[in-house]
Amino acid sequence: MSLIVDVLSGGVRGGTSIMYAALGETVSERSGVINLGTEGSMLVGALGAYAIGVETGSPWLGAIAGAVCGGLLSLLHAYLVVYRGASQFASGLSLLFLALGLTSLFGAAYVGQPVVGFDQWDVPLLSSIPFVGEILFQQDPLLYLSFAMVPLVWFVLFKTRIGLLVRTAGERADSLTVHGYDVRVMRTGAVTFGGMLAGLGGAHLSTAYANAWFENMVSGRGFIAVALVIFAVWSPSRVMAGAYLFGCAIALGPALQARGYEINQFLLDAVPFVLTLVVLTVLGKRTLSSSPAELKRVFENAPPSG
Amino acid sequence: MFTRKSSVRVAVSASVAALVLAGCSSATDSSSSSSESDGAPGEGTTAVGFIMVGPKDDFGYNQAVYEGSEVIKEAFPDVEVLTAENVPEDDTAATTMEQMIDKGAKLIFATSYGHLDAALKVAEEHPDVVVVQQGNTITTDIPDNAGTYFGTVYEPMYLAGIAAGASTESNKLGYVYAFPIPQTIANINAFERGAQSVNPDVETITVSTSSWCDPGKQQAAAESLLSQGVDVLTQHQDCTSTVIQAAEKAGAMTVGYHADASSLAPEGWLTGAVWDWGPLYTDIVQTVIDGDFVGSEYNDNFRVGYKTGTNPFVLAPYGPDVTDETIAAIDEAQALLGTDEGSPFVGPVLDQDGDTVIEDGVVPTYAENDAMDFFVQGVVGNLAQ
Repeated sequence: MSLIVDVLSGGVRGGTSIMYAALGETVSERSGVINLGTEGSMLVGALGAYAIGVETGSPWLGAIAGAVCGGLLSLLHAYLVVYRGASQFASGLSLLFLALGLTSLFGAAYVGQPVVGFDQWDVPLLSSIPFVGEILFQQDPLLYLSFAMVPLVWFVLFKTRIGLLVRTAGERADSLTVHGYDVRVMRTGAVTFGGMLAGLGGAHLSTAYANAWFENMVSGRGFIAVALVIFAVWSPSRVMAGAYLFGCAIALGPALQARGYEINQFLLDAVPFVLTLVVLTVLGKRTLSSSPAELKRVFENAPPSG
Repeated sequence: MFTRKSSVRVAVSASVAALVLAGCSSATDSSSSSSESDGAPGEGTTAVGFIMVGPKDDFGYNQAVYEGSEVIKEAFPDVEVLTAENVPEDDTAATTMEQMIDKGAKLIFATSYGHLDAALKVAEEHPDVVVVQQGNTITTDIPDNAGTYFGTVYEPMYLAGIAAGASTESNKLGYVYAFPIPQTIANINAFERGAQSVNPDVETITVSTSSWCDPGKQQAAAESLLSQGVDVLTQHQDCTSTVIQAAEKAGAMTVGYHADASSLAPEGWLTGAVWDWGPLYTDIVQTVIDGDFVGSEYNDNFRVGYKTGTNPFVLAPYGPDVTDETIAAIDEAQALLGTDEGSPFVGPVLDQDGDTVIEDGVVPTYAENDAMDFFVQGVVGNLAQ
């Protein structure tokens, strides 16, 4: 396989968990809530999916369990932030630590246990398209689901009434209240849904990509997802592109090393982050102007309205 | 093992450690014991403590320690064995050891590389307690009640390299590693030299993950190697199942590390370097109970290998593809490693540039191998320094 196909197909595979999480975070932030606990939702999702996968032998039941676990943790975040007025940063980070502790404790029994994960399944016809087929259609079913999830989230956010309400909660919460809607319900729903997607991301990592559960295995991918949302200016399609870009940057290092290019490993490790920083800087101005208005209140330390 | 700092993990594991310690130490009375302070350090101890940096069931480093402690339980029924998991490599380690001393432990195994500072501190404050540390080196004067010990994992990796070199068809072996530390470098070099000893054309391609356990990065590393035609994969990682399963799925062969994972790769499993701390732990405990620790080989930076016996690293059972001929070659090589003339690094050893690093016929010492900082010829990869 050529270097380019290797890096691109590896980037799509490796970037999928990040993409699910970033897509979820997009929905959450569109409603005006930042969830730094995304990393935690991915962790409980990874363990939930793995544990149920091991117990039932069904990766799909596992993926559902992963989404439920991720959703539950984020529901807690929504409750603390939306109903109890807790700091969004403090709550998100606390839930991450909670998730780390819980998954270390309950995950110990699943370390080293083999799971029936999602296997590669080549899409008929499409997978035989040269280049594109190799990159996009020789993957696993949970990854194909993410292809559908991106337009779905976009459609719901921008083309449906419920999406309009969610976005209004993030832009002008007061006007929702004026029209008799409960902003808190909108945000709780959006944050919980976001957590479910993060949980699916965790599930992809543990049962489709790495086929293993280990303590703290998400290793910062949730934080990368949160950063990606900003770089992707809260747009589902850009989130997809950004996650794949990051995935490719990670896949580049091993692909070069395996081909005998003698490049310092620590330099290669820096590539994904340098790349993200560069893109963030280039897009800086536009990013601020397109941020959901209610999010700015978070950074200004103002209490959430509504 | 080597220090893996993760601020997140430290915060979490402190609480877990406390839980575990509370859970497993309820049996003894906590009457502090300074009654035998006139005897040799640790003499006649009725309890032995083990602190581990990770969970006891990680299918790796910490599990090996735990299994070693189980051997002590069996071998010394009158001795209480205290274990604590997830003990961070900071002052928490000292606190945990103090708690064990309160429970009557006069011998403590501090089993992570980064536990050394805490171990020396505890040893200084408790002259009647022996503290031994696994894997690190004491560079100052060695106190009468402390020491370090470790095995030579590159010896079994050399033997496993023979199995890999004999089995490969593409002449490309893949090595997934974390960081370019001397122990890893020696493993990779020994593996390649073992393979070369039966197959001069073989090369070992290295890919780094910059992490001891990030299954996502391991998967990327494994995929990249497999796509380049590598047909035997091995690794130096704390968690090992991802790489092994990736190889098995791709129809490639595997040399394991830490634990016998042949159940994960029934087709492609060759062998592996796995742990067996039981014999060494038993000997250390016996030495301490007898009051013979001071001045013994364990009151030192003790390195054990095939030359000294009781190497805690042994070769895992062979998989279906290893031929009788290969097994005979491995047995012969192992016997040679046990002699004074044997080493995976008997000169001439050339580096990647073809320069001679170890002269013809020279047998380097364990200490020299522990400081290895170059890749040998046949290893493909860049050594970040």
